[in-house]
Amino acid sequence: MTVGSPAVVIGILLSTVIVAAWLIWVERRMIGIWQDRLGPNRVGPLGLGQVVADMVKIFFKEDWIPPFADKPVFVIAPAIVMVTMLLGFVVVPFAPGVGVIDFNFGLLYFFALSSLAVYSQVLAGYASNNKYSLLGSLRAAAQSISYEVFMGLAAMGVVMLAGSFNLREIVEAQKDGWYVLPQFAGFLAFLVAAVAECHRAPFDLPEAEQEITGGFHTEYSGMKFGMFFVGEYLGITLNSAILVTLFFGGWLGPAFLPPLAWFILKTLVFILFFILLRAALARPRYDQFMSFGWKVMLPLTLANIVVTGAVGLSVP
Amino acid sequence: MSSAGVPHTDLWPLLLYFELVLVVVGTMLALPPFLGERRTRRTPATEQPYESGIVAVGSSQLRFSVRFYLIAIFFVIFDLEAVFIFAWAIAFRESGWPGYIEILIFIGVLVATLVYLWRIGALDWRTPRQRGIEATIHQ
Repeated sequence: MTVGSPAVVIGILLSTVIVAAWLIWVERRMIGIWQDRLGPNRVGPLGLGQVVADMVKIFFKEDWIPPFADKPVFVIAPAIVMVTMLLGFVVVPFAPGVGVIDFNFGLLYFFALSSLAVYSQVLAGYASNNKYSLLGSLRAAAQSISYEVFMGLAAMGVVMLAGSFNLREIVEAQKDGWYVLPQFAGFLAFLVAAVAECHRAPFDLPEAEQEITGGFHTEYSGMKFGMFFVGEYLGITLNSAILVTLFFGGWLGPAFLPPLAWFILKTLVFILFFILLRAALARPRYDQFMSFGWKVMLPLTLANIVVTGAVGLSVP
Repeated sequence: MSSAGVPHTDLWPLLLYFELVLVVVGTMLALPPFLGERRTRRTPATEQPYESGIVAVGSSQLRFSVRFYLIAIFFVIFDLEAVFIFAWAIAFRESGWPGYIEILIFIGVLVATLVYLWRIGALDWRTPRQRGIEATIHQ
């Protein structure tokens, strides 16, 4: 297998879409277990067919565009989040020889696409012509750009140690030890930023049901709502994959499993962690959330860069 | 850094992937209008924005807090400066201690800006009411 062969490209696209859809079942089932109930268990063995049933149902739902909405923007908005999140997987180094493209600025490309995804929420809220949607999209925009600032800075410690923006080279550089140990502060900051960028609980303030009904997707239904949903799970998968690549040695692991299996296993652990967070933590107030980003995480990442630079230069 | 530049210069896998993504997303957008049900019975409420069952009042283009605008400005400032740090981070071994001291001054200015914004209360999103409540709690 080589990077970028047609079979690999098609395989990656299909598996990411299927995994993202399947995560809906994983999340409902896992939260069910953690909350001492069963979760979906009717369709097929263990309820695994739930995703198929949901997909069939959602395709046959009415394609409802509210008459007061801005129609073209309303239709395009959910597509943006899916396209950007799927394109993010281009640079993910799944294993040696598995990936879409080997790109020198892979990390910057990932940051660019994860910022572009906010257009989806902003345009959805704007086009819906609904007060709650607009509030949700404003929150989404402010949250994404606030946490975007230190998400990049948090990853800079890894870039300094590896000396490269190429995600494959970053994985190779972790042969002697995963970067989670020397870059623990960077890891924590990146994890928080990743949760915020995905708009996942506890940082799901743009869609806080108790405050602003559904947030930016209040007016959406059927497949378009489904696309926001799948886009969110794609975001979780993508951010988990990048976390594993940057801090947990990507495909590296003992030889009894193939590299691809290690990568999938580690990513799965982070996906489950994202879901556990939702089951475990309550949502903070919006002002607390914003000040946490600017007053705690931003100074922390700057200090991390200063310390990493000093240590890196004195220990050649 | 390798002198060879981009190891795989041909971008066609990226283009192939991009086209496939567009096909997948396009299919998801294009099929439901044909497969979905046609609604025959419409009530006046069908045409209303959903606001938790309360009849909508006024325009949906509402005025919102100026803090959202402030955050956008801060983002432009801080993210632009973060890009300078990116450029240093990739080459921090080559630039050595002189480069480190320069970026230290740069980060110092950034931190001074942050402290200034903090002190004038630009990062404080609490409403006056919340501030009052917390002041009484901490007494």
